[in-house]
Amino acid sequence: MKFKCKIVSRGYAEGEALVSREHISFLGGVDKDTGVVVADSDLKGQSVAGKILIFPGGKGSTVGTYVLLNLKKNGVAPNAIVNRKTEPIIAVGAVIAGIPLVEVNDEVFFEMVKTGDRLRVDAKNGYVELIK
Amino acid sequence: MYLTKEEERMLNSENETIRKCMEILVAVGETNDAERLVEITSAHISGVSYDNIGDAGLEWLESLDGRVRVPTTLNPAGMDLKRWREMGISEDFYENQMKVLEVFEKLGVEIVLTCTPYYLSRPKFGEHIAWAESSAIVYANSIIGARTNRECGPCALAAAIIGKTPYYGLHIKENRAPTITVKIKGNLAAAGYIGGKELKDEIPYFVFEREVEEWELKLLGAALAASGNTVMFHAEGITPEWEDFEKPSEKIEISGELKAECEPDLITIGCPHTSGQELETILKLLDGRKVKKEFWIFTSRKVFSEKRDVVKKLETLGVKVFNDTCMVVSPATQRFECVMVNSGKAFNYLPSMRKVNVAFGNLKRCVEEAVKG
Repeated sequence: MKFKCKIVSRGYAEGEALVSREHISFLGGVDKDTGVVVADSDLKGQSVAGKILIFPGGKGSTVGTYVLLNLKKNGVAPNAIVNRKTEPIIAVGAVIAGIPLVEVNDEVFFEMVKTGDRLRVDAKNGYVELIK
Repeated sequence: MYLTKEEERMLNSENETIRKCMEILVAVGETNDAERLVEITSAHISGVSYDNIGDAGLEWLESLDGRVRVPTTLNPAGMDLKRWREMGISEDFYENQMKVLEVFEKLGVEIVLTCTPYYLSRPKFGEHIAWAESSAIVYANSIIGARTNRECGPCALAAAIIGKTPYYGLHIKENRAPTITVKIKGNLAAAGYIGGKELKDEIPYFVFEREVEEWELKLLGAALAASGNTVMFHAEGITPEWEDFEKPSEKIEISGELKAECEPDLITIGCPHTSGQELETILKLLDGRKVKKEFWIFTSRKVFSEKRDVVKKLETLGVKVFNDTCMVVSPATQRFECVMVNSGKAFNYLPSMRKVNVAFGNLKRCVEEAVKG
């Protein structure tokens, strides 16, 4: 099933979904060497490495722009990020790190998608596909 | 977001630097629902300290191959480029910091190393600019009437290389209207520190009960942006756009009083960097008395050389006047126990960034503390 999206950081990725329901700026709470979420959230203890990371959005992040770049450099970055409404610092961080980032403005998508689902993020043509 | 044909071409450029910079502007524009880009007349970049950007950031900056298209200035570094040894800066830190500066220089950025670029070259009223130092952003919007959003460091760099920035927020006149009336009493820097937490992202309309100096407004704005998210304020009868909008009906009062005491072993002035007028005021307050404690002033190299006679007199009284850095971004402050400041911004950042205790006093009190020993 395909969902239209707004392209924020261009690229293409496939992978397994890791879904957070929380509106938090947890990127500051990800260990840059392991990619494991250390901040209190529903993803605590899980690794974002190689995942399609899905969360509603940021909460005015105070973390630096280079967080995602550090994850990428250490080989533990997510393959792509899907937000409902993203936040500029995360967006710019994604561009610099070369990680595709899109916004999906569709409740159905967020209701359907579960951790472990297979996803295709096409941030060139503007769609996210739920493969299951 | 609408892009012109030329902008589209840049977004798909063979040149990776141009493409990346354009992608950054589009990302910022899309997330803020900007309708288009707007040409800028200057850029100011933050994120200069090696501490701050780390190896990954440095590597990314080194990968950029291009030149800025508009006059672009750079925020303070972690040390005085000439007198770093005197500040107690290590050889290692010096070398890493110089690497960062070389990268910016290669891109055509002016290595002015100041948070007060408006004392070097003042933007004109109504000009669109892309600035990334929170205190300078408030100053430019409020006191000058130039227009900038709160740009992130790499965003301002990307804007400088493209010569444009996304058109949203404070670039649009109607978004510059005040949202709350705030009556201020007492010390402005203290009021800014207290007010920032309360006002968050409001655009305050200030009413003062006495005459205020330009540098007091600077300290107020810097403190608001440090403890909160303020990007602009209006001041009744003072700032250039104060009459352009309806006066907000919601009213609050803030009293600028900060009780923070410890026995200072260092007293610092210059967050943001001092103006020539502030240097003269300090000299006047000292009134020929020598300082008996470490008393450091931070200013830009330009103000320093313009006011060389004042600086010389200050230094004969035992004051140290440093350039290129400040008490917040330099690790030099770390070896002290208690640092006294007249800045709400330094008051906000010193405990977390430099692990020192802070005492607060107005400029006069800072000077008296230094001479009493």
